[in-house]
Amino acid sequence: MKHYLLLMTIFVASYVSAQGANIVIDKGVDNPTRIAVDDFQYPGTKLSEDIGAIIRNDLNFSGLFESIPPDRLITHPRSESEIRYHDFKTIKAEYLLIGGVTEQAGRYSASYELFDVVQQKRVLIKTTVEGSDVQLRDMAHRISDKVYETLTGIRGIFSTKIIYVEAFQKPVRSRLMLSDVDGARPRQLFESKQPILSPVWSPDGTRVAYVSFETGRPAIYVQSLSTGRKEQITNFKGLNGGPAWSPDGQKLAMVLSKDDNPEIYTVDLASRTFTRVTNMYAIDTEPSWTIDGAGIFFTSDRGVRPQIYKVTLATGITERVTFDGDYNARGRVSPDGKSLVMVNKRPGSSYQIAAQDLKSGNMRILTETNYDESPTIAPNGAMLMYATNVGGKGILGAASLDAKYKVRLPGKQGDVREPAWSPFF
Amino acid sequence: MITKAIKQGLTFAVVMAFLVGCSSASDKNKKPVTAPVTTAPVVQEAAPVVKEVANVVYFDLDKYDLTPEARAILLAHAEKLKGSSVAVRLEGHADERGSREYNMALGEKRAKAARDFLVLQGVKAASLEVVSYGEERPVATGQEETSYSQNRRVEIK
Repeated sequence: MKHYLLLMTIFVASYVSAQGANIVIDKGVDNPTRIAVDDFQYPGTKLSEDIGAIIRNDLNFSGLFESIPPDRLITHPRSESEIRYHDFKTIKAEYLLIGGVTEQAGRYSASYELFDVVQQKRVLIKTTVEGSDVQLRDMAHRISDKVYETLTGIRGIFSTKIIYVEAFQKPVRSRLMLSDVDGARPRQLFESKQPILSPVWSPDGTRVAYVSFETGRPAIYVQSLSTGRKEQITNFKGLNGGPAWSPDGQKLAMVLSKDDNPEIYTVDLASRTFTRVTNMYAIDTEPSWTIDGAGIFFTSDRGVRPQIYKVTLATGITERVTFDGDYNARGRVSPDGKSLVMVNKRPGSSYQIAAQDLKSGNMRILTETNYDESPTIAPNGAMLMYATNVGGKGILGAASLDAKYKVRLPGKQGDVREPAWSPFF
Repeated sequence: MITKAIKQGLTFAVVMAFLVGCSSASDKNKKPVTAPVTTAPVVQEAAPVVKEVANVVYFDLDKYDLTPEARAILLAHAEKLKGSSVAVRLEGHADERGSREYNMALGEKRAKAARDFLVLQGVKAASLEVVSYGEERPVATGQEETSYSQNRRVEIK
């Protein structure tokens, strides 16, 4: 835990000074909101987590904020009456967050207040979150969520989680991992000497589906996060890939080649009834449901080059969705249903993440690295995460959906790939 | 029939010499690689040539149709496998570019193109198993065309 704390402090420091080797801002918003976040006071011995540091890191990670750490503050007020707004104007802070932690019989309470420096008034009355010692980090994320929502009007995603695959070369093995959205508290869900691919969350956030080659062939599994119990869903000859949960959680869409050609199928999880959705002598893969569950986006090379199509399940009517670029694959629709993010390549360019406005068809490129793949959108629709490659090593990147902001997450021991952002819990 | 096999073997030997030459382009010590091919007394006996058949065929970017070189190699395998019931696993692979599941499908299409060709040449379909690993099992890890071209492959095992 101590080690962790130190690490977090380093991230924050390097971020703010913009010269560290951990979190790297590839592109920042023009005018991030500057918010002073002082350390949270605690009367006892040191806490196992630095709440102030976690909040600063969260806010910076969102791209909309630039947090100002305690060592840049002129004064350290502990209550509204102690605030000298001039001291915060001097360091160009627009907001000020102060707070403290108390403990009683192993239960911790973190109280905090948020002030508008420009208007010299409180914008969030004293609020308290509670939890045990191991929940201090959760408490910090909840404070970040509240601050973010208060100042942007958008629900914060700092209490959500990600799953991802971490691959190692020597010896060859893959791990399915679960962590906080900032990469903290990584927990192994499954490990195999064979490939693990395409992890996705169930809409209620209680289960994950993924592809594992543990039998020497690919098969789709569903694993409960609370019990760890794993259930094999498919075991067909050929491809068993790309699981995608329907919005109501009752079905999985997937790609199977049991009838020889890669086709999209759905399976009703209760009855285990399989329904074939596509029928074309081409690659049809990477299904992803529309928001209302009435259709499925998928990648197909039926028009020679891989492009994204949409099939309406009730009618079977299929339409091509992407036209911009010679490679568009693995579409994921945003929570408001308005945008589709994907892996895009234009002639002479490399593989990047792009977002297409589904109404106008306009496409904007969100990333600028060379091997970007596996985009996954945050449940608030403001950010996305993706896998990229820096110096031959797989790491995760995050970007805002409006293309204004990009950040590289700190690397892990292995090659990190295939992030999947959880729903809100 | 035997002469056909020999011809195919020879075609294959030339192809192999070409492929090996390409893959070791950075290796200055090329001569020992090409020498055995030119001096091998292929004409006298077909079997040894067939034994040397490469166990891998390569594909163009985002393609799963067989190149002439791939056909030559697969023909040689077909000659060997015809009438036998030895179980063969065809493992399809892709280079790392693009999305993972699409590459998984691409690998399978490649392996199935190889399978269909072998079946057409008289190899029993039941003895052939197809598995795609997509981009998950590269043989070369560089991020340039030399590596990519080695990874876009079907391995005959």
